Amino acid sequence: MHLFGILLRLAWRNLWRNHRRTIIMLGAIGVGVWAMIFMTALTRGMVDQMITDSIGVLPGHVQMHHPDYRDDPSISNRVSISDAALNEKFDDADFEAWASRVRVPAVITSERESRGVTLLGVDPAAERDISFFDYDEVEGRFLESASDQGIVIGKRLAETLETEIGKRIVLMSQDPENDIADRGFRIVGLYSANTKAIEQAYAYIGKTTAQKMLRVDDATTEVVFLGEDYRNVEPVYEAVTSAVDDTVLVQRWFDIDTYLGTMLGVMDGFVLVWVVVIFLALSFGLVNTLVMAVFERVREIGLMLALGMKPASILGQILIESMFLLALGLAVGNFLAWATIVPLQDGIDISVVAEGMEMWGASSMLYPKLYASDMILASGVVLLLGFLASLSPAWRASRYEPVEAITKV
Amino acid sequence: MNLVFRLAWRNLWRHPRRTWLTTGAMVFSNILLVFMMSLQFGMYSLMIDNSLQIFTGHMQVQAPGYKDDQKMRQIVPDIVPLANEIRDELKSERVAARGWAFALASSEDRSFGIGVYGVEPEFEARVSNIPGLVSSGRYLTENNAAEIVIGTVLARNLRVEIGDELTLLGSGVDGSFAAAVVDIVGIFESGVTDIDRNIAEIPLGIFQDTFFMEGAGHQIVVVVDALDVVPEVQASVRSVLPVSSNLVVPDWDEMMPGLKQAIQADIGSSFFMYFILVVLVSFSVLNTQLMSVLERTREFGIVMALGLRPGKLGRLVLLETAMMGLIGTVLGAAAGAILTSWFTTNGLAFPGMDEMAAQFNLPARMFPQINLLTLLAGPAIVFMFTMLAAIYPAVRLRWQNPVDAMRVA
Repeated sequence: MHLFGILLRLAWRNLWRNHRRTIIMLGAIGVGVWAMIFMTALTRGMVDQMITDSIGVLPGHVQMHHPDYRDDPSISNRVSISDAALNEKFDDADFEAWASRVRVPAVITSERESRGVTLLGVDPAAERDISFFDYDEVEGRFLESASDQGIVIGKRLAETLETEIGKRIVLMSQDPENDIADRGFRIVGLYSANTKAIEQAYAYIGKTTAQKMLRVDDATTEVVFLGEDYRNVEPVYEAVTSAVDDTVLVQRWFDIDTYLGTMLGVMDGFVLVWVVVIFLALSFGLVNTLVMAVFERVREIGLMLALGMKPASILGQILIESMFLLALGLAVGNFLAWATIVPLQDGIDISVVAEGMEMWGASSMLYPKLYASDMILASGVVLLLGFLASLSPAWRASRYEPVEAITKV
Repeated sequence: MNLVFRLAWRNLWRHPRRTWLTTGAMVFSNILLVFMMSLQFGMYSLMIDNSLQIFTGHMQVQAPGYKDDQKMRQIVPDIVPLANEIRDELKSERVAARGWAFALASSEDRSFGIGVYGVEPEFEARVSNIPGLVSSGRYLTENNAAEIVIGTVLARNLRVEIGDELTLLGSGVDGSFAAAVVDIVGIFESGVTDIDRNIAEIPLGIFQDTFFMEGAGHQIVVVVDALDVVPEVQASVRSVLPVSSNLVVPDWDEMMPGLKQAIQADIGSSFFMYFILVVLVSFSVLNTQLMSVLERTREFGIVMALGLRPGKLGRLVLLETAMMGLIGTVLGAAAGAILTSWFTTNGLAFPGMDEMAAQFNLPARMFPQINLLTLLAGPAIVFMFTMLAAIYPAVRLRWQNPVDAMRVA
């Protein structure tokens, strides 16, 4: 233990013998580690936002459908469990929120235009936490109950249809017998969403009203469940699957939206690749520094060996020096990352490329997310690979022949 | 001059390991830069081409406001003669007139709201790749045949096959009730679910009859050979438009602003990464050159005492750096070119990429495009930063007092 103490002191002092070199190297490691963590925080923030934006709302974390519904989203493919039975099963369950709804394609027609929409027959009380807009921010009003007679559509759709609150539109879909089911509605509210595409896509009516219009008693086509964290949906998934039989299909969000599911995986891969690439760029400088440090001290190392220091101690001394350098650089880099990310956590406005981000499925505000796990990953990779990279120069130093080394000019 | 050159070259190889490690950092970054840039720019042009090839084309003649609203009333009158005039003016066949309407498509079992394009069968294949994607049956042939081509997903959802009849219900340009019965002659598969589910094409003649267009349509699509001639062609198209009309000629960027922005966002984030890489390399160079200057302090003191001016010594250091930089640039660019061309022939794919690629109309395997720009831009910037990094060690010599320098232990 005494020996280890000496080695630590030796390594620390050696590190500062050539302070310029050490400081430049610290700068390089600091910048590299900062870039690793900063870039990771930005991508994490983007993906998190994309996923919460698109699954924390409407789709939920876990969904239940008729097995054929996804391929053929028609009212013929209804969930086999009645609303009453669903209530009995899930009312006491520990979900953040859950709701059953009627969701079918429909055509909406004003005096001027017609468009295709996704018709949502909802129970407003159950959907409050699964909605992508705040009920109170709806222009006009949102539906008041499941048997509300009005319709709420997106602002953009209202513009396209050249209609407004108070006017009537006709909604057309199919009943289970494939007959046209249509009904007139009065527009009671207009909602806004992040993207124009969403404002065009959904029309809300009361669940009971929808069931009457489509002549399906109390059946629904979709049940959604929201858990606490989108990264951990297994508890919700288990709870739902164990409560139902195989006449319905229960899926997690990443089974349904494979793009987002893949995106999450690809981003994890990207983070690791990025960290390793930056490290490789750093490693040349790191090895160089160590090679030089050893080279300048050949005589001294020879002397220590001649005086009886074991080669293992020389090896350890160089390795410790390298670890000191890396640890200091990591401290600098992690601090820099923290200091630059925290002020940005209220969001970075990137609305100049808003429509481009929409293509990626991301929004126009970027909220960097600093995860402790990413900082640990980056630091761990740097320490581990740094250790491996230092082995060769340290090994060479410990293998010097004392006499040759001392006499070297 | 020759002497300085030889001196610099020999100095460079005083520590071969150090020189190789520093060049190694450059080579590593250069390979990465050449490869990534080739991949990126190859991807961008593919992204633009593929997105525009589906429907949009490079520019369109439309009524003002049509690109945002797509309303039936926003027409281009006498569209077929106008399209002919444009063909004559541009001496190009890659011009096609279209109409677009929203309609309810009903088979025996199902009804869905879809977008129906009225197209000129003779010319559509020259502006869009949908005709080429017909996977069963055939594309439209006659301008007045009551035929329709639909996407695979729509065919599945409507439960129809080639030879079946579809009823189209919608509203005409004057708001009156429009209906047509058409035979399915072909089914196309683009691989993009939204397109395969929501789009159908019928001949323009039938379209005009059904929706009471009276010779009008909604868009004339023009496709050109390269993106950079778009403004020129746009001007010639404008010159053909009737003086009294208020028609506009938006280009692809105006019609799909998301496309360019997605590219810009991607360029922004990747340039941040490249920049970090280059900065790390310059740290490495700074460290090496500073060390190499410091260890020669005595030597420099002597030659200065002998009458060599510090400016000349500074140039020597810069020349050494330039030599090292050149080695790194040449080796890096060459290795980058070899690596990239391997992927150019074999393509690159990683798990999950097909999902991501589909979002941007890209194929599942990517082929980097190497050209002079992508080959030289990265290495040139690395070289520039290498030289910048050598400035401090070179200039430092000016403050060196020969006598002090000679006394350094």
